[in-house]
Amino acid sequence: MLEVKGLTVHYGAVRALGGVDLSVDEGSVTAVLGANGAGKTTLLRTVSGLLKPRAGSVELDGRELTRLPVEDIVRLGVAHVPQSGGVITELTVEENLRLGGLWRRDRAALTRRVAEMYELFPPLAERRARTAATLSGGERQMLALARALTGGPRLLLVDEPSLGLAPRVVAQLMAVLRRLCDEDGRTVLLVEQNARSALSVADRAVVLDLGAVVAAEAAATLAADDRLRHAYLGF
Amino acid sequence: MGTVLNVLRRSTLARHTAAALAAIVALYFLTTAVGPYRDLQIAQAAYLTCAVAGLTVLTGLGGQISLGHGAFMAVGAYTAVLVIGHWGWPLAAVLAAAAGVTAVAGVVVGAVAARLHGPYLAGATLAFAVGLPGLANYKPLTDELGGQNGLTLVPPIPPAGLGETFPLERWQSWIACLGAVITLFLLGNLVRGRFGRTLRASRDDEIAAALSGVRVARLRITATVVSAAAAGLGGGLLAVVATLAAPGAFPLTLSLQLIAAIIIGGLGSLPGAVWGALILVYVPTWASDLSTSSGFSHNIASNLPLAIYGLVLIVVTLAFPRGLQGGLRDIGGAVRRRARKRRDPAPGPRASTSGPTTTHPGGADEATPDQAGARPDDRGDAGGRGERLRR
Amino acid sequence: MVRFINLTLAGITSGVVFAAVALALVLIWRSTRIVNFAQGGMLMFTTFLAWSVIDRGGSYWLALGVALASGLVLGAVIERVAVRPVENKPPLNAVIVTLGLFVLLQASAGMIWGDTPHSYPPAFTIKGLSVGGTRLLLSPFDLFVIGAVAAVMMLLTLLFVRTDLGLRLRASAFAPEIARLQGVRVGRMLTLGWALAALVGSLAGVLIAPSVFVGPAQFDSMLVFGFTAAVIGGLDSPAGAVVGGLLLGCALSYVSGYVSSDLVTFGALAALITVLMIRPSGLFTASTGRRV
Repeated sequence: MLEVKGLTVHYGAVRALGGVDLSVDEGSVTAVLGANGAGKTTLLRTVSGLLKPRAGSVELDGRELTRLPVEDIVRLGVAHVPQSGGVITELTVEENLRLGGLWRRDRAALTRRVAEMYELFPPLAERRARTAATLSGGERQMLALARALTGGPRLLLVDEPSLGLAPRVVAQLMAVLRRLCDEDGRTVLLVEQNARSALSVADRAVVLDLGAVVAAEAAATLAADDRLRHAYLGF
Repeated sequence: MGTVLNVLRRSTLARHTAAALAAIVALYFLTTAVGPYRDLQIAQAAYLTCAVAGLTVLTGLGGQISLGHGAFMAVGAYTAVLVIGHWGWPLAAVLAAAAGVTAVAGVVVGAVAARLHGPYLAGATLAFAVGLPGLANYKPLTDELGGQNGLTLVPPIPPAGLGETFPLERWQSWIACLGAVITLFLLGNLVRGRFGRTLRASRDDEIAAALSGVRVARLRITATVVSAAAAGLGGGLLAVVATLAAPGAFPLTLSLQLIAAIIIGGLGSLPGAVWGALILVYVPTWASDLSTSSGFSHNIASNLPLAIYGLVLIVVTLAFPRGLQGGLRDIGGAVRRRARKRRDPAPGPRASTSGPTTTHPGGADEATPDQAGARPDDRGDAGGRGERLRR
Repeated sequence: MVRFINLTLAGITSGVVFAAVALALVLIWRSTRIVNFAQGGMLMFTTFLAWSVIDRGGSYWLALGVALASGLVLGAVIERVAVRPVENKPPLNAVIVTLGLFVLLQASAGMIWGDTPHSYPPAFTIKGLSVGGTRLLLSPFDLFVIGAVAAVMMLLTLLFVRTDLGLRLRASAFAPEIARLQGVRVGRMLTLGWALAALVGSLAGVLIAPSVFVGPAQFDSMLVFGFTAAVIGGLDSPAGAVVGGLLLGCALSYVSGYVSSDLVTFGALAALITVLMIRPSGLFTASTGRRV
């Protein structure tokens, strides 16, 4: 579904990604793992159009994305949940949710989807009229994910959802991602530093180091490879 | 001859003195060669040079914007007229008083401005420019300040030794030019020294400068005071040349014209300040000539210069964020680099003399080797850094 | 006592106009972190357009409509052409570009309409209302001024809070990158924000025109008043802009009534400096953090 080929991204003179190849199958969860500064977030931001690569291509079902603006990539069904959620704290929970699906014209469907999100994440329903600033870290991450889903995306890009959350909450979030994939047929590209929990839900995993792919395996294979685990994943 | 050149190369003070003397000689011949009308224009360019040079130090080198320099000029002009009217001091003392009183005003403004940045600073100084001239209309002050009509000044009389037919305009232009040369000489020495270095350092990175022991707030106040004094002298000279100080002479647009002049001059170079002032005088002349020849109405003729300044402000900021002179110098630098490469492929010995002037951390856009090595002893880094003015 | 009440009434009337200018500045600051120093020139220009409608025999209401519509267009065009390139650049670039626009607008108005100020008619009589034999400094026109600003502010509030377009506008202002990730076309929202701000400004221009007259430099002080009111309110908050405008209007009215009307602009300068020195983030913001 998503094909990344030879992706090279620079920040000024600094190279963040050097020729990354990656392919994500429809209806799968793919984890991108690696240490701080390996280029994981850069990869996601380039896929969603926030960064423009110096070389290489990103294709969604054969359609080149790198020349499209972010807003148009969203309209192709790509939703990006940025690091630490990126909920807009000045807006209410409800407003945050609606925002995620505003680009679709159908207002009735939007209202229906928002209602579905409240069912899926009951804590949000209780706080719908409050500003997002009042939410806890876990709730914000929940809201960010729910907001991405109100747009009904086919491909979900999730950046470090576990950051700063309690292990129990992380486990819940990972379970939700798995369910989105299994029950709704959505595709998930999950960037994580917390390799153990990411591997627990991923079908495939890619390991980045210093802007290059050092391993791309089935998640189970990778989890069993002691050498790789020790070298790059720290467990 | 060789030793003279050596002294000039080594001593900034000697070089500036030589330049000042040369300028005086050149201006002497220029002013005596032209008629009264041109003399008056030269005088205008000279007093504007004082104000623009002052603003160059504050905004170009210090990174602090001021939209209130027209008001500083007003303070200087009124001071000059009042001092002459009340006490009849000699002209030099009058002009010193104009600079001095404006410097005191600069202390007050500087103390406020040192705590402000960016748009807040711009807005506060803009309010200063709009609010201050209105004081002349305040009833208890109108007797003293002459209200809307302002105060007139008896024109200075040329010394008898110059002959009876010596034109007043030439004498006025001599006074103004001498004031401008002295201002440039003093400011030139000031910015080449420790003051200029710390000022540039605090512009480029306030926190780093503070950490290395620069008292940024005090430095900013000093810069404002110096800058205000120069503008005040410019205002005093304006009063002497125009023989008038009135609120209408110091509209908000005067302050904005001064900003346009420093941008045209390349934001931060004193030679650029002279260019800026010359353009402020030349453009209205050109516009009125053009209007006469093409039969434009009075409305168009009188507003054309302002329209040009406005366009220049917009276009220069959008197209050359480093200012016109900076843009020209970039082109010049590229040409020089090419010439030097052809002549001398090894890095020249001059490259090592750039030490104290390279105070720009992270200036990847301009820290090209050719910039650092171009002529560090000549212009320093005084010039063309629109994009450096972060606050 | 009657004098105090009268001065307060006059202060409220001018205060709502200051509030409108302040709101125009705040809407733009909130979305682009730019103080629009061209605002004074923009509202001057649109008021001149309205004046020429009246001068050619058009009605007051047609002229008002022309001012508002031209404000909308002028704001959008300026954002697209001159401001877009300096967004996300060092703040001084935006300051200089907006000042350049200000100078250019002022010069253009002088070229087209001349430098002599013209009178501008009020919509209703400016003769003060009488209550129990006492004439108040509140005329039917003043009531119209207050009502017009209040109505526009109400409509804007409804737009921002109740509509999806308003949600997009707010999201773009608060978090442009996140808004883009939700598919919001942030560039369009910024253009629209400038257009709306200019509309509010042009309303203020027409409303204040009868008392300041219409000339290229007649509205310079309106920019100072609007900026001061906006800073009092914290520059970030539309509600703060309204409160700031009313406070400044009353304060300046007292200065004018009890001291001298020639000190009004100077009074605004004093108010601005005082606020910047005591609470740089404005009197009504909870947020801390260095912004000055």
